[in-house]
Amino acid sequence: MTQPLLTITGLNKWFGEYHALRDVDLSVASGERIVVCGPSGSGKSTLIRCINRIEQFEQGSIVLEGVTEKGARQTESIRRQVGMVFQHFNLFPHMSVLDNCTLAPMRSLKQPRAQAESYARELLDRVRIADQADKLPGQLSGGQQQRVAIARALCMKPRLMLFDEPTSALDPEMVQEVLDTMVGLAEDGMTMICVTHEMGFARQVADRVVFMDRGQILEVAPPAAFFDHPEHERSREFLGKLLHH
Amino acid sequence: MTRFLAPTIATPRPAPQDPRQWHDRLREDLFYSPGATLATLGMLALLAFAGWHLLNWALLDAVFTGTAELSPSDACRTPGVTGACWAVIGDKLRLILFGVYPYAEQWRPAVACVLMIVLYVLSVQRRLWRPSLALIWVVFLGAVIVLMRGGVFGLSSVTDDQWGGLPVTLILSTLGLGMAFPVAILLALARQQRKLPMLQAASVGLIEFARGVPLLVVLFMASVMMPLFLPADWQISKLLRVLIAFTLFGAAYLAEVIRGGLQAIPAGQYEAAAALSLNYAQTMRDVILPQALRMVIPGIVNIFIGFFKATSIVVVVGIFDLMTAAKRAVSDPLWQNAGIEVYLFAALIYFVFCFSLSRYSARLERDLARGATN
Repeated sequence: MTQPLLTITGLNKWFGEYHALRDVDLSVASGERIVVCGPSGSGKSTLIRCINRIEQFEQGSIVLEGVTEKGARQTESIRRQVGMVFQHFNLFPHMSVLDNCTLAPMRSLKQPRAQAESYARELLDRVRIADQADKLPGQLSGGQQQRVAIARALCMKPRLMLFDEPTSALDPEMVQEVLDTMVGLAEDGMTMICVTHEMGFARQVADRVVFMDRGQILEVAPPAAFFDHPEHERSREFLGKLLHH
Repeated sequence: MTRFLAPTIATPRPAPQDPRQWHDRLREDLFYSPGATLATLGMLALLAFAGWHLLNWALLDAVFTGTAELSPSDACRTPGVTGACWAVIGDKLRLILFGVYPYAEQWRPAVACVLMIVLYVLSVQRRLWRPSLALIWVVFLGAVIVLMRGGVFGLSSVTDDQWGGLPVTLILSTLGLGMAFPVAILLALARQQRKLPMLQAASVGLIEFARGVPLLVVLFMASVMMPLFLPADWQISKLLRVLIAFTLFGAAYLAEVIRGGLQAIPAGQYEAAAALSLNYAQTMRDVILPQALRMVIPGIVNIFIGFFKATSIVVVVGIFDLMTAAKRAVSDPLWQNAGIEVYLFAALIYFVFCFSLSRYSARLERDLARGATN
């Protein structure tokens, strides 16, 4: 078997007294699509925020293949190769859509403006929003903003994309356009870890579903097996609530 | 259960207009009862009475110049003159504006004032808001100092204890705020960060000291005590010492306003910048500060206005600013009774600057609010 792109071993994290992640182990192969689900407060978001060091953790290790630096340089190196999409988009409201996309490539990767802009326009075109490039984020709908956020993360040419409940803050009408963008990305072979409650999306694209509860991974299974024959009692309970609403 | 179906899709209609004519409105708002009519007429009478007296004093009975037989000051003191004596402004204009600056060289402070006003006009253009604006400030203020001091380019040397009037007020506030602003940003950032506790403590200490002590005390310390502590050959001029005190003060107050803006930025902005692998300096310069400063423009302008007027306090340590110049003009025995007129004139100058700034800030807020909402 080839070496995994991402290896998480023995990860533990506390928020003060609260034990938020408990002995989490997970490895993700290149090109693999992982969906993480579980009840609120189960540590899903915390787990993926630890991957790019937006949260610090106390124990364990998270290794991205090919990153050999230590300390602060390691964090920098990981963040350059891992893109993230947030629940609330977190676009920079004072910059145009295009500037949102070119800022990090120009600053962090030292790309010249022309190069950064042409690649950003290419990606904005791919998320079908190229005609809005000169608008401010506040002038776009939620779904459009989230697609800009996806393009912004892709501008760094990441090897791994993290999605933190990307459709939870959207109006129902806009969920699909964002999911379609994510499906397209998955079809292009991007390695993705998605925290989401969109079970249709999980069934369609996930290679494995990770079920978490109280900071712990309880079950990892291919989507068909997970949805049709959940092994763990807590998984059955969770799916029961999700499907009967 | 019955079902409701809308018969048609509603088309948009314009909002209804107030159908009342102006005279109906007047009657309904001001003369709606005998009591209201009485109050309205009473107030009108009072306004007319006060307005008539003010008009008489300020214009109709006022003395604007001397005559062929009478000097301006004698014209004012002619028995029977009850109006304002505006002639004093013409007579003392150059003293009020330029203080005791050598009379023949007073074109220099005049040009310096014009330069600073041009600098303000340039600085309020949003399309010039880029790092090179700092360079424009350095060039303009450098030119102002060279003009005022002289000693080069064939200009005679004029030490800063001879400077006075409007240019001193403008230099104190412009240079003071110009230096205070970058210092304030650094102080606010130092206070807000958590990684370097010593730096944070130093920033808190400096801010709390400057805010906890009256400006007057700091000015006295700067003008009287500081020379005692420094070696004799290190003497720096009083104007410079006062300028440093002002910078410290302005920076402390501005820093707290800017820190308020920093706190208002949602954590998601920092997280997004971190996820894109921007470092601290890039995050602050490109993402956080542009939003934080924009948010606190009203607070910053408020401090600028307060600061501009507060410069008049230097009268107590003997710096010759606009206020001191006005006081000096009134102390002339010929114009002893012209205090009101001179102080009104000085107030008008302060008002023009402060009101322009205030209007500008209102326009700026409107412009910025139009685009950036999230």
